[in-house]
Parts: sequence; structure tokens; C-alpha cells
Amino acid sequence: MLGLWGPNGTGKSTLLKAIVRSTRIFSGHIELQPGLKLAYLDQQPLRRSVMPLTGRELLWAAGVQAARPEVLPDGLAPLLNRRIDRLSGGQYQLLWIWSALATDADLVLLDEPTNHLDPANRAALIEILALERNGRGMLIVSHDHDLLSRVCSRLLEVRDRGLIEAPTTRG
Amino acid sequence: MTETLFDPLFRLPLLTGLLLAGLLPMLGALAMLREEWLAALGLAHLASASALLGQALGVPAVVGATLGALGGGAIKTFLSARGNIAYGFMILAGWSATLLIGANTALGEQLAQALVEGQIYFAGLTELIAGLLLLALCIRTLPRLMQPVLRARFFPRYETANQLPAWRWHLGLDLLTAGGLAIGTLTLGLMGAFALVLIPAWITFRLAPSWRWTLIGASLTGVAGYLLAFVAALELDQPFGPMLVGVLLGMTLLVRSLERSRPMQLD
Repeated sequence: MLGLWGPNGTGKSTLLKAIVRSTRIFSGHIELQPGLKLAYLDQQPLRRSVMPLTGRELLWAAGVQAARPEVLPDGLAPLLNRRIDRLSGGQYQLLWIWSALATDADLVLLDEPTNHLDPANRAALIEILALERNGRGMLIVSHDHDLLSRVCSRLLEVRDRGLIEAPTTRG
Repeated sequence: MTETLFDPLFRLPLLTGLLLAGLLPMLGALAMLREEWLAALGLAHLASASALLGQALGVPAVVGATLGALGGGAIKTFLSARGNIAYGFMILAGWSATLLIGANTALGEQLAQALVEGQIYFAGLTELIAGLLLLALCIRTLPRLMQPVLRARFFPRYETANQLPAWRWHLGLDLLTAGGLAIGTLTLGLMGAFALVLIPAWITFRLAPSWRWTLIGASLTGVAGYLLAFVAALELDQPFGPMLVGVLLGMTLLVRSLERSRPMQLD
């Protein structure tokens, strides 16, 4: 699990967008292993004021084959049968992030996953991100250094002149 | 009331309308999911204009309407023409063409009036067969389209990231909606078809406990509104299209008042 940390405006989010082919690359290139399946979540979860989908249906839409309550992290199981537009912002964001993690994507890319989360939901997110993913990769971009150092096995800091290896508490 | 419903004279129009009243709201729910409900009105106007153009050229109205709406749906997909501006132009172009062609051909004038008023009682075997064809297409394609369409709504970069041919299901749904609107416009009238796309979906988006029940509820709301309007229009000797729109609007007001009387839920 790789974390990318750095101040605003250093191009962290742009790098993720380049990996998912959503922005133009002016120089350099990105090599992706053929057949690599990607899951990517923007900074802001897409949410509408009226949207009659349950949590379970959101997971199904994301490609999660069987959203069984027993395999879900604590706190998410009760959200499965509720409409997503009736969840709190934090509950919805956790479910949205889990929907990417629970798919069969080989690499999950998360952009600022702690944005808009209160301390309780942030703690819940750290637990979710720390769960074993059977060797599948994750790249998290965040300005939340504490989050990255706790969940990532490797952390890189973005500086003007390149990337610098930074220590993590997870090792 | 039951005599009106089972009168052999109106059996074909009743059946054709029932089919469409069940199908159009489902397509409407998908259009609302994609925030493209206004596109339905644009497609209905295009269908109306091309039905008249077909008539002027000696092509059956159902063929003309379907071709026009399908063309509009395909252009919408390939130009990625989304948003109110594109649909606004579609509506204006269709409206202008409908009335101009109608004003310049004798048969066209009658048809234009029928399309605006929504005279379902003239629907015959051709419209019923077209409706059955639409039903078969919906049964075959909607279950396959549902997951990619929902995924595209909530995870819009997934297809680009994984280089998937997203245009296929966008085109599939656009063509299905266009076909439904074409047959709906010819059978139920321009505004009747649009109301069936918009209102049942709007109601069930607020009330349904899940997406599955949104689709079922929209379909049932459409059928209930249609049956009520069918009987009321015949019993009160009123044009069908405005009656259908009136009944559906009445249902909307009922839901709105129920929503306001419900205690606010705090999570």
C-alpha cells in the first residue's frame, strides 16, 4: 500500500487522474500492466439529494459480487438496506470507499479519502484501509500525513524536485 | 367503470397504452438517474416531427417516428450531447418542424393535432406490435444495462480507467429510450408520453425503499395513472392526453402533501 503525501498544488491528484486516463499527459509516460483492473475514487463522493439506491445496490453497482453483512467492516452492515440519500455524509463516504475496496480491482486509487470526515468516521476509515486486501495494491493520495503513515506500507513525499521516501509507522 | 375498460372497441388501445404505461416509467427512472429526463421531451418532439415528415413522404407514422427518435438518440450519444442546452435545442427543433410540416400537409395537420392531444383510442394493431417489440427489447437489454448504467452514475471514471467501451451501453439505453418515446408519442400523445417518463419516476424516487422498488413502483404508478385517466377521459368525454397528464399531476400533488406531513427524520 503506497501513500503519496504533499502540500496542495503539487500535482498529487493530477497524477492519479493520469493513471486512470482522465487527464492529458504532457511529458513522461505511465506504464500499466496489461489487464490490470483499476478502481478510482475522486476527492468528492458523488451524491444527489434524492437517490433511491440502498447501500447494497451501491455495492452491486460498483461490482461487489456478494455484499454479505458478515464480510463488511464494523458499522457498514447496518447501512446495506438503507437508502444512500438518507445516510449521513460520513456514512455514505465510508460505504463509497468500501465499494471500491471490495471489488476485484487489482489497484485501488483513493484521492483524499479523509476529506469531510469527522474524527469518528476518520478512525473507522483507518480501520477499513488497514484490512488485508489479499496482496492487491492501493495508492492513496492525501494531505493527512497521520492517516498515510498509519495505513501505508510505503510513503512518498511529493516535493518540487521529485519524490522523497518518508517513514511510516506501519513499516 | 369496468364496462368502459372492457369495451371491445377500446381493447387494442387499452392494451397498447397499458404496455407503454408500464414501460415508459421504467425508462423514465433510468433517465432521471442520469439526470436526463428533459432529453425525453426532446426525443418526443423529434419523434413527433419525424412521424409527420414520414407521413408526408408516404412512410407509416410509426416507422417515421421511430427512425427520427432513434436518430436523435444516436446523435445524442455520439456527440455526447448532454445537458439542458442540448435538450432545449432538440425540443425547439422538433416543435418547429412538427407544426410547420403539419401546417403544410392536410393529413399532417390531423396527425399533428392527434399527437398534441394524445388520442389513444385510435391506437391499433401496429402500435400494439411496436409496444410488444419494445417490451421484448426491454426484457432482453435492461437487465444487462442496469449495472453499467448505475456504475457510470456513481463511479464515472471507471470505464475510462479500465478502457471499457462505455458508449455501447450509453447508446443502448439512449436508443431504447428513443424507441419508447417514439411509440409512446404516437400512442399516448407528446405530453402524455413525456408525463409517463417524468412523473412516476419522480414520485417513486421519493418514496421507494430501493432501486428495485423504484423501477417496480414507477411502473405500477404509470399503470394506475393510465387506467384512471383512460376511464375518466371516456366517462367525461375529454381528450386523453391532457387527462393523463392531469391525473399524474394529481398524484404528484398527493405525494408532495404526504411528504410535507411526514415528520422529518434525523440521522
